[in-house]
Amino acid sequence: MKSKMMQKLLVGVLSLSWLVAGTAMAERLRIATEGAYAPFNFIDSSGELRGFDVDIAWALCEQMQVECELVAQDWDGIIPGLQQRRYDAIIASMSITPERQRVISFTDPYYSNVLAFIGPRNVEMATDAESLRGKTLGAQRATIAGQYLEDTLGRYVNVRLYDTQDNAYLDLANGRLDGMVSDKFPAYDWLQTDAGAAFEFKGEDIDIDDKIAIAVRRNDNALRERFNQALQAIVESGVYAEINARYFPFSIY
Amino acid sequence: MDWLWVVSDWLQALAAGHEPWESYARYFPQLMQGVWLTLQLVVLSGIAGFILAIPLALMRVSDRAWLWVPAYSYIFFFRGTPLLVQIFLVYYGLSQFEWLRQSGWLWNEVLSHAYWCAIITFSLHTAAYIAELFRGALQSIPKGEVEAARALGLSHRQQYSRILLPRAFGMILPAYGNEVILMLKGSALASTITLLDLMGATRNVIARTYMTLEFFLLAGVLYLLIAAVFIGLFRVLEKAYNAHQHAVRLPLNQIDPQLRDEHLRQQVKEDRP
Repeated sequence: MKSKMMQKLLVGVLSLSWLVAGTAMAERLRIATEGAYAPFNFIDSSGELRGFDVDIAWALCEQMQVECELVAQDWDGIIPGLQQRRYDAIIASMSITPERQRVISFTDPYYSNVLAFIGPRNVEMATDAESLRGKTLGAQRATIAGQYLEDTLGRYVNVRLYDTQDNAYLDLANGRLDGMVSDKFPAYDWLQTDAGAAFEFKGEDIDIDDKIAIAVRRNDNALRERFNQALQAIVESGVYAEINARYFPFSIY
Repeated sequence: MDWLWVVSDWLQALAAGHEPWESYARYFPQLMQGVWLTLQLVVLSGIAGFILAIPLALMRVSDRAWLWVPAYSYIFFFRGTPLLVQIFLVYYGLSQFEWLRQSGWLWNEVLSHAYWCAIITFSLHTAAYIAELFRGALQSIPKGEVEAARALGLSHRQQYSRILLPRAFGMILPAYGNEVILMLKGSALASTITLLDLMGATRNVIARTYMTLEFFLLAGVLYLLIAAVFIGLFRVLEKAYNAHQHAVRLPLNQIDPQLRDEHLRQQVKEDRP
């Protein structure tokens, strides 16, 4: 009697685990993004994830012919989440850095980040160190822009570092800052708003060789290769250019 | 302050190869400048807040509504809202008004600087707490002392300036020291408006080194040391100001001889069965 029951239980458990394994095996890719970096990834008023990264993710899934699921994940936990297999890839405007490469793998870059100076439209502003001497420039703390500002201009200008990009914009708008250094593409988005209308990019872009790529788990070479092929395909087919044009009038590839 | 970098180089040579000590040594000048700014913020706002608190407390204990209602509202607002909200209101909030930005001196020399915004906010904030301490002290001065002041024929003004306020000051001293320590810890919020106080400097260093634990620990130790200095200073101040309340042990022959004789006579009486 007892052994019969055990048998039944065992069969039940086995079939259940087979079911679970079955669903996992059906191609379903889980992709994480941050949802707080407009216009690359953000959550719109209806609660949907939107933005350049999100569109690229959907285009890649379509190219690879897999079913995808997109999840929003806070920035500071986004790499641990990948390692813990809560999702399989990160498409969240992540820069390739040596520190990250030690724990995760990156695909080929899908866009390049550059830094840019922003200043008031009605003020002439040259962006070489000598002309900037004595001015007050801002950037967000713990970003590449902030580090650039401190390292290359720190001896010439007053550096102000902000907790958030939005606070830096506020001080630029109210005149406490003469200018800002920022990632170019999110700043472009701000320049289109009412608050940013009185400002513009100044001088040349600053190329800091910052490549943005998709992150996968360290040994997930198969997935990385598939992403690379799909990426190449959407660039060649013009899908990438079409998505690019939705957000920026210039190429960011 | 070039000597900071000289010390830093020397410390780095000393700590070479031993992390986190080498990083501590490397960023020693930034952190010390942070400590210096934190001290300025606390001391200046502590003094300004104290000065502001006296009229506020006098208004608060008044019977006239047009005096106590504004003081009460002020204290209610500054005690009831987070310091972070207050500092953002002063720094980011006021700057939204176009007319204020055009006001010349007030904007150019004061409100456009994060430093003065922090000092103004901290002073207003701590004044509310100190005023409330003063109110409590003024109301708990023994009735007899107030009557004695009146009996001496002192005017209302003299009663306050000669008797009541000095008496209240002695009473609030320990709590005032406590308030300064709270302000020291609250001053870390200055880092949210770009100031490189101890907290701001620490966060900048961490953004660079990624040594989160090590540098927050160091910042904690430095805050502790500053707090210890303030506690010590207030202890000394209290000892001096409230000396009459502290029992002094003296040999009998140093006390008033008449008292001594009295005491001896008493003892002789007690010794007799």
